[in-house]
Parts: sequence; C-alpha cells; structure tokens
Amino acid sequence: MRQQRSRKPFPTHIVVFLLPAVAIYTIFMIWPLLDSLRLSLVGGSGAQAGQFVGLQNYHTLLTDPQWAPRFWGALRNNLIFFAIHMLVQNPIGLLLAVLLNARVLRGRAIYRTLLFAPTMLSVVIVGFIWQLILSPLWGVAGGMLKLVGLGGLYQPWLGLERTALPTLSLISVWQFVGIPMMLFLTALLAIPEELDEAARVDGAGAWRAFWSIKFPLILPTVGIVTVLTFVGNFNAFDLIYSVKGALAGPNFSTDLLGTLFYRTFFGFQLQAGNPPMGTTVAMMIFLIILAGVLLYLFVWQRRVLTYEL
Amino acid sequence: MSSSTVQHNISATQTGRSTAMGHFLRRLAPHIVLLFFTAIATLPIVLIVVNSFKNRSAIFGTPFAPPLPGSFSLEGYNTIVNQSDFGRYFGNSLFVTLVSMTLILLTGAMASFALSEYRFRGATLLGLYLALGIMIPIRLGTVSILYLIVGMNLANTLWALVVVYTAQGLPLTIFILSQFMRQVPSELKDAARIDGASEYRVFRLIVPLVRPAIATVAVFIMIPIWNDLWFPLILAPSEHTWTVTLGAQQFLGQFVSDWNAVLAALTLAIVPILVLYAIFSRQLIRGLTAGATK
Repeated sequence: MRQQRSRKPFPTHIVVFLLPAVAIYTIFMIWPLLDSLRLSLVGGSGAQAGQFVGLQNYHTLLTDPQWAPRFWGALRNNLIFFAIHMLVQNPIGLLLAVLLNARVLRGRAIYRTLLFAPTMLSVVIVGFIWQLILSPLWGVAGGMLKLVGLGGLYQPWLGLERTALPTLSLISVWQFVGIPMMLFLTALLAIPEELDEAARVDGAGAWRAFWSIKFPLILPTVGIVTVLTFVGNFNAFDLIYSVKGALAGPNFSTDLLGTLFYRTFFGFQLQAGNPPMGTTVAMMIFLIILAGVLLYLFVWQRRVLTYEL
Repeated sequence: MSSSTVQHNISATQTGRSTAMGHFLRRLAPHIVLLFFTAIATLPIVLIVVNSFKNRSAIFGTPFAPPLPGSFSLEGYNTIVNQSDFGRYFGNSLFVTLVSMTLILLTGAMASFALSEYRFRGATLLGLYLALGIMIPIRLGTVSILYLIVGMNLANTLWALVVVYTAQGLPLTIFILSQFMRQVPSELKDAARIDGASEYRVFRLIVPLVRPAIATVAVFIMIPIWNDLWFPLILAPSEHTWTVTLGAQQFLGQFVSDWNAVLAALTLAIVPILVLYAIFSRQLIRGLTAGATK
C-alpha cells in the first residue's frame, strides 16, 4: 500500500501542456514534409501515376530536356539572387550597424527605426511600389536620374532579360537590409568599449581597430546572417510572383526555385499541375537549404572562435 | 551637444587629427551616410503615400510635390471603396493573425513551460524536434498541406490559414519562451506548490512573469503572418477569404492602369502596418535580436 502511494502518479499535466503544440506542429508541419518526401518518390503521370518509382522524378528533374533547363536555370538565378544579397545587403547592413554603433550619435533611434521600416511591409506591396517607381510610364526613376545628370542611364530594368533579376534582387535588398543591420548592431553593442579604446590608445585608427578587433568578435553573427540570408533567399517566391507572375519573365530570367515549385505544382497556362514533380522540386530546395544549414553548423561554427565577452 | 564635442575632441586628438575642419567633417560624415540610406529606405514609401492623395494629372505631372489644394483628390480611395472589399480583407487578415497568434502563444507557452519546468525522458529530444521547424520552411510541405486541408474540408476557409500559421509560428515561440521561462526562479514555483497549487495554477502564475518575452514573440511572429502571400494564394484563394496581402495583389493586378486606385490600395496596405510598427518597434527589435543571437 505504502509503496504504491510513493510511486509517482502518471504525469498527466506534462502531456496536457505539451500535446496541443506537439500535435499541431506534427500534423501541419512535420507530417506534410514527410508526406512530400513520399510523394516525390511516386510517379506523376501516365502508366506510373501513383506508383512508387524511386528516384526517377529526381532523375527527370535533373536531366530530362523538358525539366532540366528550368531547374538548373532557377538554381542559377537563385544563386545570383543570393550572391547579390551577400555582396550588397550584408555589407551595407554591416556599414549601417557600425555607424549606428558610434559612441555619440544624435538621432540613433530614429535612423534605426526608419532604416528597418521597409522590412515590415509585405513583399507583395514592396514589389508593386518598385514596379511603379521604375515604370517608364510614371517616370519617377528616370526623373531622379536626370536630376543628378544621369538621365541617359535609365532603362526599364524590370522588363529587360539581362537586368530583371539583378533589379529584383536589389529590391529585395532594399526591403531586408534592416535585418543584417539589426543583427550586426546587437553583436557590436555586446563588445565592451574598453577593447576598442585599448586599440586606439595603442595607435590603431578607427579602420584598423574595427577590422582587427571588432570584426573578429562579430564573426559568429556573420555566420548567422549568412545562413539566414541563404534560407530566406532559397525560399523566396512572393516578390517574383507579384512583380513577374508565375512565369517569372522575361523568358524565365527571374525564375527562382520558389516560382518553379509553384508552377510545377499548380501548372500554368496550358501545362497541367504535377504534384509529384512539385514535391520533387520542394525536396530539392529542402536538400539545398539543409546543405547550407549543415555547412554552417559543422564547418563554420566549428572553425569560428566564439569569445565570451 | 557639449559633451559630444568633448568626446570627439578626445578621439580626434588620439588619432592626431584635430584640425577644426577635419573634426567637423568627421562628425558630419556618419550622418551624411545614414541620411542617404534613410532617404533610400523611406522615400519610395513616402512617394506612394503622398501621390495617393493627388489627382491623376498631378501624379504624373509633379510626382515629387505634396498634394496641394489644386491637386488633392481622393479618387483612388473612392474606386477602392466602390469596387473592392478592402474592409473585408482587413477583417480576414485581422481574424487570421489574431487567432493564430492566440493559439501560438497559448499552446507555445504551455509547451515551453513543460520543456523548461519538468525533467522527463525524451525532453531534450522533444525540444530538438520542435526546434527543427526554425530552419525548415513550412512552405516546402505545401503540396501535402493542401491535400490535408482539402481532406479536412478546410480549403477556402480562414481556419486553413490559422492552423498552418500556428504550426509555422510554434518552433521559434517555444525556442524563445522556454529560454525565458528557465530564468524564472524556482523558489516562486515551489512556494506556490507548497501552498497546494496545482501544476496548472503554477503555469498561470508564471505566464505573467514572462510577459515581456511573450510580447516580443507576439510582435515578431505577427508580421510574417499578416504579410504572407503563399498560403492565402494556395489554401484560401476564393474571394471571400482574401487577406489584405492577397486582396491587394489581386486588386493591383486588375487595376494596373488605374494609378489612383493602385496608389490608394498600396497606401491602405502600408499605413496600418507602419502605424503598428511605430507603436511596437522597440519590442520588435528586441525580439529580432533575441531570436537570432541565442
């Protein structure tokens, strides 16, 4: 009797606390991901529809003359999209963070709030704002260039095959530069001022002190910013869809993996949707993102020293 | 002003460049750069909002001028009121965002409490399982989510969006909240237990203590839900369930040549978010940094 009573009762409350979240998360997130993986191994059309076909869909996506150019094209565009974010967005984010981190700066909070504001807006809205501003009909962009004597440079950038993707990338950079700025700023604020002062006393200029003292200390944040940019960029869809539609024109020059996924799954114009091939595209995106995250976790995080400040 | 001058004098002498002109420039330079980027960040938005209150000829003739008595017009807003249902889109977005947030915060706080408070077999593993969703975009499971939603008869309902956004928001919420709940001193909880409080009562005692963290998480998860295009487009594309983002996207596509209407629609989509942002920006910024640096 006594022994029985001293045994702990079944912890019902733990189950009650955990069940709703775990159930919703499992049903609507984990299960669909696993089911998508299963679907990508199933035939989509013809005699094989609904049958297990192994990796055949992946083989089709990567080599079939009907699919492969679209996939590799979207992958290439996505890499360019990512590269432009890494080369423009993140360095500007770092520059702004360094400026905002100055010991004495009037209007710091106002700058920070305004610089971050575009990040709040829906990507759809941002796409339309820039469509209007860059439109030759309105002539605002051309007018501004003329004002600084560069009127001859204006072109309908969003409509040209060569410039559409870089333009859309820069629009995305415009919207999201606030995120690396904030992350870098937080990291910089955590560095004790004495370190910087010590370097200055030793005769290092601001430039030198930044690159040899502060930058090494914020390397972990460089990694986080890179991986967040990577995941976000390879998941992008809204901007291209709202500015260029599902066909990601002109001539697929702005097609990203996200728009390819949407088109493959839902179909467009005369081509019917193909769910198994759609999930195959999704799983390829998943593998790419996973590779990026693992690279970050196991290569970058191991190599980079994190200093306790 | 004077203290900043002193500061700058010191740094200027330290680097050995203390000419009056040089140090004036050094003080000015950061502001020039920051003003330049702030202008780039805000002018496009200002341009849209300002022009939405002008008549058509003024939009094209003098796009950089503010609306004047001669050029002021609410034409675009009239078109929207008469030809679209923006009121309902707002209602839909508000419903989806508020219900999802309530579900995320309630179930997320409960799970965070369990994970931070009790030691049980598999707790670490469960924590990892729930954290998976931070890095994996839920969009990649869309095909199966659509089948699931259709199978549950939820297609073209706002509830379809609610359940998916709840699943999407939970991982980060649990990750952040459980870290904050761990910091609540255990004496507090033990005292309540000695007084005979049940575990549920202890939970209700703890929640108010992590209110700042909850507010931070709330603002942080709200924005992507409000702004999302993908799931409304796929799970609830019928007109009666359009959210502001999908409604704006459809409306803008249809009225592409009616510049007054387009500018007014964009303004209606922009202003509420920016007003909310102005109110909550401090919490949001704190949330952003807490979520990513931990």
